[in-house]
Amino acid sequence: MSQTTSSAASESAPTRIGRRFAELRPAGELGLVAYLTAGDPSLEASREIVLAAVEAGADVVELGVPFSDPIADGPVIQRASERALRAGTTLSGVLDLVADLRRTSQVPLVLFSYFNPILQMGLETFARRAVAAGADGVLATDLTPEEAGEYRRVLRGAGLDTIFLAAPTTPEERIERVAQASSGFLYLISRTGVTGQRDTLPEDLGALVERVRRATMLPLAVGFGIARPEHVRALVGQVDAAVVGSALVAEVGRAASGADAAKAVAALARSLKSAGVRAARP
Amino acid sequence: MSAAARIWPDATGRFGPYGGRYVPETLMAPLEELERGFAASRADAAFARRLDDLLHNFAGRPTPLQLAERLTAKLGGPKIYLKREDLLHTGAHKINNCLGQGLLAERMGKRRVIAETGAGQHGVATATVAARLGLECVVYMGTEDMERQRLNVSRMRLLGAEVVGVDAGSRTLKDAISEAMRDWVTNVRTTYYLLGSALGPHPYPLMVREFHKVIGIEAREQILRAEGRLPDLLVACVGGGSNAIGLFHAFIGDATVRLLGVEAGGRGHALGEHAARLAGAAGYEGGRPGVLHGAFTYILQTAEGQISTTHSVSAGLDYAAVGPEHAWLAGEGRAEYTAADDGAAIDAARTLARTEGIIPALESAHALAELIRRAPEMPREQVVILNLSGRGDKDMDILARYL
Repeated sequence: MSQTTSSAASESAPTRIGRRFAELRPAGELGLVAYLTAGDPSLEASREIVLAAVEAGADVVELGVPFSDPIADGPVIQRASERALRAGTTLSGVLDLVADLRRTSQVPLVLFSYFNPILQMGLETFARRAVAAGADGVLATDLTPEEAGEYRRVLRGAGLDTIFLAAPTTPEERIERVAQASSGFLYLISRTGVTGQRDTLPEDLGALVERVRRATMLPLAVGFGIARPEHVRALVGQVDAAVVGSALVAEVGRAASGADAAKAVAALARSLKSAGVRAARP
Repeated sequence: MSAAARIWPDATGRFGPYGGRYVPETLMAPLEELERGFAASRADAAFARRLDDLLHNFAGRPTPLQLAERLTAKLGGPKIYLKREDLLHTGAHKINNCLGQGLLAERMGKRRVIAETGAGQHGVATATVAARLGLECVVYMGTEDMERQRLNVSRMRLLGAEVVGVDAGSRTLKDAISEAMRDWVTNVRTTYYLLGSALGPHPYPLMVREFHKVIGIEAREQILRAEGRLPDLLVACVGGGSNAIGLFHAFIGDATVRLLGVEAGGRGHALGEHAARLAGAAGYEGGRPGVLHGAFTYILQTAEGQISTTHSVSAGLDYAAVGPEHAWLAGEGRAEYTAADDGAAIDAARTLARTEGIIPALESAHALAELIRRAPEMPREQVVILNLSGRGDKDMDILARYL
């Protein structure tokens, strides 16, 4: 798959993602991107958990499509993926969940998947169904711009944002390439490693953010290891949003029922979001 | 065909449509660094001399090409030669690649190597090379495989390696690779991932083939000396496909030499019961192109793109994806792929033990099983080379049940 440029698509109208970040920037508040594994413990429960997270202040929701071999994920999301797959979750089912959520919410929705399920559905079919369901963007964890020519052409042509990642190991010339391939926002991985909660933010994060800022005007969302209000507070003014995944997914894993999971996720999302707002307006 | 065969992979790591580099962003720069490091090592005469010395004086190359006289007579078909990779230090071909990549790790200044292992042969070879070069070594192994290849777990530990059990998914090779990739993505600045088959993201399929192609280069010279002509058929088992590509590579341009890869037929044709990715024509379900562990290749998977669990009596063949160069050779019709089931492999191991006095690894026994099935129908004047990729000591717990 060779490189394609999609200047026409990148200049097309912003999705709900772009509009949300455009609102956050002048307000100076840190966005909260909430990752939740779809289908954990069931798609019905996911619907309630996502709506509870949105009600509690999540600005963007990443719906994780469970995959059998999640090489970029730590134990918390691995276990969640196993639970979701055991419950019979498929990419097709996740797209139905998106359509269902759209009936009641206008929250920006990102499909967060490994590449193979998308590839097996077929890029054209996937893009058409994702747009019809009301998804705004797609992030494929194991797909970099080099292998994403056709993927970008099809998804951007359908009006979906394509979000790529930059990592601490990404050299400057690659950061530009990643930024050029991305729309909606750029996902900055805070540290080398897999997803999972950590006690502290990496010390060199500030320098990393500065490097990426020099390369792009896209909104920046930082993820991997962000779990606590103090992490969020430290990011205000540096980036546009914090991505919180494992900490929320762990609440789902601990909860005795879908209703309890929704309550626990909402409580954590609320404390994380308010940390980003309070720090912005002391 | 012959010209085209020699230029793959292209600069993006593609063998035709297969291969490539499908990894998390964190691994992209390290893979580029590895590609540069590998290229630099190929241009370095001192590196080549050191590898050559270790292959000869430590691993035991060249390996013999032995005429299997009693097996040939018993089957009444073509003349069968065995490429005796089982005689190498550590008991299988895996040491070729481990020496090459171990020296590369050292050259790149990485003092910690990690590896995955299925049957334990790659783990043992990695632990051996790490000990020889003074590198720290961690090996990931599925807990199911640790149980059925206990001897190799002890060997790795004796050699000073840390063996980490992986208790996820099918608890076999697929899960060990996933866990090794998670370690690599975390410790990427200090760690060298010594991948053990012709799999994974570019440049691994290329590197692993280059370090194993010595098998075919030797076999080609040996058969020309013994028979004065090229063989009619090469046979090798295919898990990821490293021993097969190592034997095939020197012959790919020889249109008269047929190439036959034998996958694990397990205990049935239904998805989950076998590990035959390319042998769909033989009725094995679920093999389709997709992306797993960094490459676009044939993978056993569900309609929704979830990777299937697999089954084989042989841990080294028990894996859902095949190396991308094999997918390409299959697509071009240059190589043929079929499968032998668990029972046929066990029978073949017994046959070789009793006709030639060699106990083969259960992996290699799959190749042997298919040859035993076909040989009686083949002309006697033909010549076959079978890659006896490993010895069966590690499989004695399993083989003893069938005495």
